[in-house]
Amino acid sequence: MNLTPATLARIDEVIPHYPTKRSATLPLLHLIQEEAGFISPEAIEWVAAKLELQPINVYEVVTFYPMFRQKPIGRRHIKVCRTLSCALLGGYKTCATFEKEFDTHLGEVSPDGEVTVEFVECLASCGTAPVVMIDDELHEKVDAAKAKQLSDQIKVEAKARK
Amino acid sequence: MPAPAQRRIIFQHIDEPGYTNDLACYRKHGGYEVMKRAFARPPAELVDEVKKSGLRGRGGAGFPCGVKWTLLDKKSGKPVYLVVNADESEPGTFKDRYIMHQDPHQLIEGSMITCFANNVKQAYIYIRGEFPHGARILEKAIAEARAANLVGPNILGTNYSCEMYVHRGAGAYICGEETGLIESLEGKRPYPRIKPPYFPAVLGLYQCPTIVNNVETLCHVKHIADIGGEAFAKIGTPNNTGTRILCVSGHVQRPGYYEFEVGKITLGQLLNEVCGGPLPGRTFKAVIPGGSSAKVLKFGERFKGKRKVGAELVDYDWGVEDVPMDFDCLGMIGTMGGSGGVIVMDDSVSMVEALANINAFYAHESCGQCTPCREGSLWMKKISSRMVHGAARPEDGALLKSVADQIAGRTICAFGEACAWPTQSYVTKFGEEFSAYAATKSAAKPAGATELV
Ligand SMILES: Cc1cc2nc3c(=O)[nH]c(=O)nc-3n(C[C@H](O)[C@H](O)[C@H](O)COP(=O)(O)O)c2cc1C
Ligand code: SF4
Ligand code: FES
Repeated sequence: MNLTPATLARIDEVIPHYPTKRSATLPLLHLIQEEAGFISPEAIEWVAAKLELQPINVYEVVTFYPMFRQKPIGRRHIKVCRTLSCALLGGYKTCATFEKEFDTHLGEVSPDGEVTVEFVECLASCGTAPVVMIDDELHEKVDAAKAKQLSDQIKVEAKARK
Repeated sequence: MPAPAQRRIIFQHIDEPGYTNDLACYRKHGGYEVMKRAFARPPAELVDEVKKSGLRGRGGAGFPCGVKWTLLDKKSGKPVYLVVNADESEPGTFKDRYIMHQDPHQLIEGSMITCFANNVKQAYIYIRGEFPHGARILEKAIAEARAANLVGPNILGTNYSCEMYVHRGAGAYICGEETGLIESLEGKRPYPRIKPPYFPAVLGLYQCPTIVNNVETLCHVKHIADIGGEAFAKIGTPNNTGTRILCVSGHVQRPGYYEFEVGKITLGQLLNEVCGGPLPGRTFKAVIPGGSSAKVLKFGERFKGKRKVGAELVDYDWGVEDVPMDFDCLGMIGTMGGSGGVIVMDDSVSMVEALANINAFYAHESCGQCTPCREGSLWMKKISSRMVHGAARPEDGALLKSVADQIAGRTICAFGEACAWPTQSYVTKFGEEFSAYAATKSAAKPAGATELV
């Protein structure tokens, strides 16, 4: 497990926040996923050793919580809210727009490697539906037209990088 | 009657131009002065103020906050924990988000007063994983408060010390349930615990007495400490005291968050006047008054009975629009105030499809421990989505309801009820739509109709 010194420092900082090491399981997995992009079998072993747990204790956490993933995703993560308030205002169309723009299907990495589009449940911003999170950023009132606009922006950034 | 004016106590500074989420700004507006005064009082007195205030929890169940605190097992001699429930995951609810992003110190001050009142030495804010900025903002705010001797050792020069940390969830709705949340904080799957014996007040975090309160509830504590329990109890209506933030989403002209004295505004005033009524050319069809788990209300239905007003019993005869937005009135008509999330549907919506959307949510979020919940939520999803995407049969409504009827009351946590109530109420109130769905579905949908599932 190759973690940067900055991540390692944050890991050592967070463990003593709790009276039992096991409580640091979620924070450690977040920190590792932020750096590595996903949780590998090696990461599970590493966290278990670090927190003096069995690998199964970490594995069962990774497999339960929707935000932890065991496979790499596209460079950008597009999470479209699927739940009622967003759906009532066109969330499904928003999602279909992203899929079409990147020629991809839910949960897959787009052919150009740029994005993974996913449906998620209520993001607690129902008053500005439909909402989408792209990586850490919340985007509000994302109708099909705005989804197209956001897609174009991602494509422009992708081009600029190449 | 025109709608009353908003009364913004918790949301006083939300969206205020120039108001920033740092300590300096908070202090400029009188921040932490209430806490300073509170720390000079005996803790028991503060608990008493909260009891007198009548404050009821804003997270869902509406349990009296002061009573919850007195249930803490202090005799055990074990440390007492505070866990701030900032998981905000009930569909339709979006109030805690704004408190944490725009006014985090209000939450910290309310929480620290709560800690002092209950002799808590360690508090955790459990924030949902999808609020990464919220978590960073809170962490920064706590660091500022720690540097100013408002959190940490020997707060404000007293011999009282209390630490506070932020803990991030990772995308599971069931972490909002208080015992699931505690398991999650212990680093495990968020499997809710069975009550009894695992009441958090007795056997909570690390098997120690634990207070779990919602973000909005804890902000109210600050204002109770400020003005006193009796004065607070005069805001709102008897047994439904204080203000409450109502989050409106779906088919209205002006969705958003509005703070009113509890029980002073009716559902009709809220939707028609405050939120501007239905979208052009539409009429209201149904409304969920307290988060997606609350039973749906159908425009046109009426509720009759007797209720207590002051010392007297009076008759009431209400349409949906006439119902006062408080815990007791909404409970009386068979639904609940829940988390304050009001979801509105107009006449363009098929209730079968709306239910299919909700059922997909619950099937995804069941933790899977209890057979009736795990299997029932899955079958309700499968049946309702088959109705939409495959063949619908006239008897499917009854079938759905028979599944729902076998869940509630047979599970470890209240998720069982939460997932059964939508199906039970949609099928009971909109039965014809379920039996006629096969026929109406084949009538071609207008191009571009909104898909719900
Ligand atoms: C399935 C389920 C989900 C819940 N989700 C939340 C939530 O997201 N936020 C919250 O504050 N309370 C939630 N609750 C309620 C909590 O269990 C608990 O009652 C609440 O945090 C107590 O705080 P209060 O008394 O201040 O309302 C949920 C309950 C259930 C059964
Ligand atoms: S009722 Fe559902 S969510 Fe609650 S413990 Fe049982 S299976 Fe889990
Ligand atoms: S339903 Fe989409 S944010 Fe709540």
